[in-house]
Amino acid sequence: MAKTQFKIWRGDKEGGDFEDYTTEVTEGMVVLDAVHQIQAESANDLAVRWNCKAGKCGSCSAEINGRPRLMCMTRLSDFPLDEGVAIEPMRTFKIEKDLVTDVSWNYKVKEKIPKFSPRPADNADGTWKIDSVDTDRVQEFRKCVECYLCQDVCHVLREHDLHDEFIGPRFLVHIAGLDMHPIDIETRTKQLKEEYGIGYCNITKCCTTVCPENIKITDNAIIPLKERVADDFYDPIKKLMKIFKK
Amino acid sequence: MSDLQKQQYDVLIIGAGGAGLSAAIKASAAGVKVGLICKSLLGKAHTVMAEGGVAAALGNVDERDSWEVHFADTMRGGQYLNNPRMAELHAQEAPDRVRELEGWGALFDRTDEGKILQRNFGGHRYPRLAHVGDRTGLEMLRTLQDHGIHQGIQFHMECTVFRLLKDGDRVVGAFAYDREKGRFSLYQAKAVIMATGGFGRAFRVTSNSWEYTGDGHTLAYDAGAELMDMEFIQFHPTGMVWPPSVRGILVTEGVRGEGGILKNSDGKRFMFDDIPDLYVNSTADNEDEGWRYTQGDRDARRPPELLTRDHVARCIVNQIKAGKGSPHGGVFLDIAWIKEHIPNAEAHIKKKLPSMYHQFKELAGIDITKEPMEVGPTTHYAMGGIRVDGDTQMSTVPGLFAAGECAAGLHGANRLGGNSLSDLLVFGNRAGDHAARHAKQFDHVAISDAALENLKKEALAPLDRFDDSSSDAPGPYQIQYELQDFMQDLVGIVRVEEEMKDALGKIGTLKERVKEVAACGNRQYNPGWHTALDLHNLLTVAEAATRAGIERKESRGAHFRDDYPEKSEAFAKVNIVISKEHDGGMNIRQIPVKPQTDKQKTIIEENV
Ligand SMILES: Cc1cc2nc3c(=O)[nH]c(=O)nc-3n(C[C@H](O)[C@H](O)[C@H](O)COP(=O)(O)OP(=O)(O)OC[C@H]3O[C@@H](n4cnc5c(N)ncnc54)[C@H](O)[C@@H]3O)c2cc1C
Ligand code: SF4
Ligand code: SF4
Ligand code: FES
Repeated sequence: MAKTQFKIWRGDKEGGDFEDYTTEVTEGMVVLDAVHQIQAESANDLAVRWNCKAGKCGSCSAEINGRPRLMCMTRLSDFPLDEGVAIEPMRTFKIEKDLVTDVSWNYKVKEKIPKFSPRPADNADGTWKIDSVDTDRVQEFRKCVECYLCQDVCHVLREHDLHDEFIGPRFLVHIAGLDMHPIDIETRTKQLKEEYGIGYCNITKCCTTVCPENIKITDNAIIPLKERVADDFYDPIKKLMKIFKK
Repeated sequence: MSDLQKQQYDVLIIGAGGAGLSAAIKASAAGVKVGLICKSLLGKAHTVMAEGGVAAALGNVDERDSWEVHFADTMRGGQYLNNPRMAELHAQEAPDRVRELEGWGALFDRTDEGKILQRNFGGHRYPRLAHVGDRTGLEMLRTLQDHGIHQGIQFHMECTVFRLLKDGDRVVGAFAYDREKGRFSLYQAKAVIMATGGFGRAFRVTSNSWEYTGDGHTLAYDAGAELMDMEFIQFHPTGMVWPPSVRGILVTEGVRGEGGILKNSDGKRFMFDDIPDLYVNSTADNEDEGWRYTQGDRDARRPPELLTRDHVARCIVNQIKAGKGSPHGGVFLDIAWIKEHIPNAEAHIKKKLPSMYHQFKELAGIDITKEPMEVGPTTHYAMGGIRVDGDTQMSTVPGLFAAGECAAGLHGANRLGGNSLSDLLVFGNRAGDHAARHAKQFDHVAISDAALENLKKEALAPLDRFDDSSSDAPGPYQIQYELQDFMQDLVGIVRVEEEMKDALGKIGTLKERVKEVAACGNRQYNPGWHTALDLHNLLTVAEAATRAGIERKESRGAHFRDDYPEKSEAFAKVNIVISKEHDGGMNIRQIPVKPQTDKQKTIIEENV
């Protein structure tokens, strides 16, 4: 047990700053526990999102000592506590209050992606025959908990603020999950190229590094989608990359 | 009221879990205008956390399964206090609902023939749970969400309903505040569906999130609806116990379904020592048979680890009380041992139980493919809830419907694992259908400004009460913790009259203190204020659960009384119903259990 210093960003869209808090850290505690403890002890109105406390709902995303993480899956024992722990909201999204950001953009993006459309059923009872091997690949993408940490870290959104032109890694994963779904028959390659800005991704793999579900976003979702786009348009990836680098 | 937002819907749905989304999809398909409100963001409701699977008699793994067997299993699991009509509809319609999900993109694990794979779970005679590893809830909720956003439903996220509005007998809308700005809204509706989930936050150790404060139960109760079976709270046998900060987080029953075994500190597999009479014939009497069952041997009987949850939880408590617990006050759950039986056990465990592997690795530093887990009971599920009609899901208040965990009837005294996810689909769908029909018969009703003004004052009271002197008074969190502590100790797994009465006294005191509770800060995204407002709900469900617990003087299903350890003939015939008196007091009465039809009786006799 030890008293530990925390710096938590407090404020709203008008502005804000880090504030200092001290609380007792006990064995096994995660960052979210500390935030809750501080909330109960000395900052009742500290805004924070959470639900499951087990890495399943993707609500508690934040930047901890500068790294995008789920607060409920980040153990305090991972940090040298004598140096204190700094917690701030995801920086790619507008601030609502304290650690809570406005992620509504993500919901709007998803709505415009053509939805799942299955081929006609294989069996008379309306079911499909789907082999296990064909599910494995897609199930990886369907593990996504929509924490938006990958969106937070992607420089196309974070630094270049291209929210209108690029849907971000989360939704490339989503599209990969649809396009590679064994019974989906919709194609989304045209939109990928023309509306969703897949060309902006220059495969830095930052998104993969932060994904709490360990989805290989770049290798397994984005690169195969880029290949599909290239195949469909005879348009080499290199050309798209050049556009981006300009 | 100047800053009031106003919306009108034919059907208003409160809750965006499996039940709420199913209802919304169905109602909007019926051609009515649908609005949906939820406290969190879309896709974060409790349903997302469900792990093990969804129960439906598809018969893909064992063709002997049928809706009749599923019905009989559910009734037996609920100790026959279930509404038999609901259990029947549930068993009949679950397979179609699961297939429907597949058509919307859900991708379940497969059998070798390319069908939906099904796994064993406690109390289900045959492998019946369709699943995706141990993240079935995520698959289900995401599928419903991704389908639902294209159905013309209006979503209002991070918005909390504070009170239902009535016109005479009928529910005609809801009054709510949004979390972001603390603005108030009026939702007028011709029918309202409650799909708000449970109330595990009334207890200290729970697998439930902050959302589970019994809002739907309380909103309905305050609006005149009846609550039923509130004494039956499921304590899931296996929650994490260490480290302290993760205490209560669920360890899916799927671990035992895949062959995991429970052991005490002597290394003894204690579950073989206590098998209830109702299950003696269907339970393995040796370890080898139990193992064969988990591996799909159709002639083997289930291992005792897969007995119903109420029983397994009590056996664990008994071990701990007898001093045979694990170092941190649980018992051991071992899945690593299966390497004695299968060659690639490590990869197998990671494939079948990926999120359990991850959860223990990240949160407890334990590799479940190598070491046993420490587990103990955790407050998990409310069998009790809003009393509804079995076919239409309408409560005793016209225009008010309920589905999912906040509704009562399907599960009786104990819910079988997997029967909740299927409950959400079947009864969400039914509620959506009937609410749409109901809505078509009515028009909107004007709501008086004065009434809304009063609600607004009431909602703002905790903020208004705050001044510098309040900083010494107990805050909303302290009151919540106090309630959780004594509910855990006095109305937990093992109950006695004296302790429950003690709890009632304490609830009474807290009710007084809540009138004074003050919240600092302003209306903008202020969890302290929200917690203060939730206290009324928590106290209402806590009181209902405690009063019902005192009333049922027997032990049955999830309700275990040390002072009445046996089942009673008299209580086998009744459900306990709670409603609000005109003077605000809590009325409690017994009603006869809904009788089984002759056909239902025959099915039960043939299949138990
Ligand atoms: C860890 C865990 C694992 C589980 N595993 C399984 C399993 O394997 N199989 C199974 O069958 N069951 C399982 N269950 C149980 C099952 O998940 C739940 O019972 C079920 O998901 C409840 O669904 P629901 O739609 O009724 O409510 P929820 O999914 O909880 O949704 C409730 C909704 O109501 C909203 N709400 C609540 N109050 C208000 C208010 N005042 N205003 C506005 N909105 C409000 C919430 O925001 C939320 O959107 C599990 C439960 C847990 C906790
Ligand atoms: S790999 Fe592409 S999507 Fe991922 S962070 Fe880099 S640029 Fe963004
Ligand atoms: S892909 Fe990974 S990082 Fe991105 S939203 Fe999904 S879970 Fe989060
Ligand atoms: S609270 Fe659900 S992911 Fe952290």
